[in-house]
Amino acid sequence: MTIIILAIVLGFAFGFVLDRVGATNPGYIIRMLNFSNLHLMKTILLAIGIGSSVLFAGLLVGLIDVGHLSVKSAYAGVFVGGLLLGAGFAVSGFCPGTGLAAAATGRKDAMVFVLGGLLGAAAYMVSYAWVSSTGILDDIAGGKTTLGIISGTDYPALIDAIPGEWLGIAVGMTFIVIAMVLPSRTATEDLR
Amino acid sequence: MILSYKIGGLLLGLVFIAAVVLVKPIGVSTQFVIFDGIIWDVFQTDVVVSSADTKSGYASSNAYLNKSGGSYAKSVANPINYSFVFVLAMMVGAAVSAFLRGGLSRTEKTMPMVWRSRFGDDPWKRYVTTFVAGFVVLFGARLAGGCTSGHMMSGMMQTALSGYIFTAGVFAIGIPLAIILFREGASQ
Repeated sequence: MTIIILAIVLGFAFGFVLDRVGATNPGYIIRMLNFSNLHLMKTILLAIGIGSSVLFAGLLVGLIDVGHLSVKSAYAGVFVGGLLLGAGFAVSGFCPGTGLAAAATGRKDAMVFVLGGLLGAAAYMVSYAWVSSTGILDDIAGGKTTLGIISGTDYPALIDAIPGEWLGIAVGMTFIVIAMVLPSRTATEDLR
Repeated sequence: MILSYKIGGLLLGLVFIAAVVLVKPIGVSTQFVIFDGIIWDVFQTDVVVSSADTKSGYASSNAYLNKSGGSYAKSVANPINYSFVFVLAMMVGAAVSAFLRGGLSRTEKTMPMVWRSRFGDDPWKRYVTTFVAGFVVLFGARLAGGCTSGHMMSGMMQTALSGYIFTAGVFAIGIPLAIILFREGASQ
C-alpha cells in the first residue's frame, strides 16, 4: 500500500512539474528542437545535472540506496529506437510522458498521439519475436554499462580509472554549466 | 507563464531524485504496453495466465509480455502496481496544474501555435500527423527499451551508456527534422 501512495505522490508531482516547465506544450518542444527557444533545453539539462550530481553525492555519503539504481542495457536498437522517437518527437512535439500529460491538460492532438502510441506499442508487442531474432536487441559494450564503476553494483564501466560516483558528479556539474551558459530566447508570445 | 529554467530544472531534478531515493528511476513508455495488455486481456482472457514456471508468477502467450520472467504479464494481471499508478497520477498532476493556471484556449487545445503558423489550422491534418507520430514514437521507445523519461532523464542521470546512445539518436533526427519542418515557425 505504501508503494501505491508513493506512486500517487511522485506521479502527481512529476505531471504537475512537467506542465509547469512547459513540457506539456508541444510548441516549446518543437522550438527547443529547432533552436528557436532553448528554455526547455536549459530546464532539462539543469534537471539532469542536478539529478546526477545529487544522486551520486548521495551514493557517496550513503544517503541513497544503490539498490534503487536501474541501468538499462545498451544495444543497437537503443539508437534505432531513439531515431524513430526523435522523428515523431520533432513532428508532433510529444514524447510518451509529455504526450500523456498533454492529453490530460486537454490537448486533443495529444489524445490522438496517445492513441497512435497505444497502437505503436501493440505493433511492437506482436513484432517483438521477429525484432529479437534480428539481433538488434543483443547487448553491446557490456550491456548495462555506466561511465565509471559504481560501488555496490556489478554494472560494467567504460572508464575504470576514476570512481563512477565522482564521474557522475563531474558529468552532472558539466550539464549544469551547459544549462547556465546556453542562450535562452524569451518567448515573445504566451504559448500556453 | 512557465517557470524559469532555474526553478523548473531544480524541481524536475528533485522529482527524479526523489523517485530514485524512494522507489526507482522514473519511466513511462512501458505503461503503454501494460495498458495494451490490459485491453488485450479483456478480449482474450488467456493472454496472461498464472504460471509457476516464471519468476513473476505470470506468463503470456505474447513473447514481449512474457519476457524478463513475465514481469510485464504480472503488471497486466495487476494494474494497481507502482509504475502504472505512477503514470495515471502523472496525468492527474498535469491536469490539475493546467486547471490551476487557467486551462488552455480552444485553439491551443487543437494544435500549438508553431504548427498553425507553418501548416495552417486544419485540425485533421494535425491529428493524422500526431497519430502517426505517436505510433512511431512508441514503437521506437519500446525498441529502445525506454523513452525521454527512462533513457534520457533517468538514464543519463545514472551515467548509463544506453541513455547517452538513446539521446544521441533522438537529437540526430529530431533537431534537423524540426529545423526543416518548422523553418517559418523559427523565424517568429
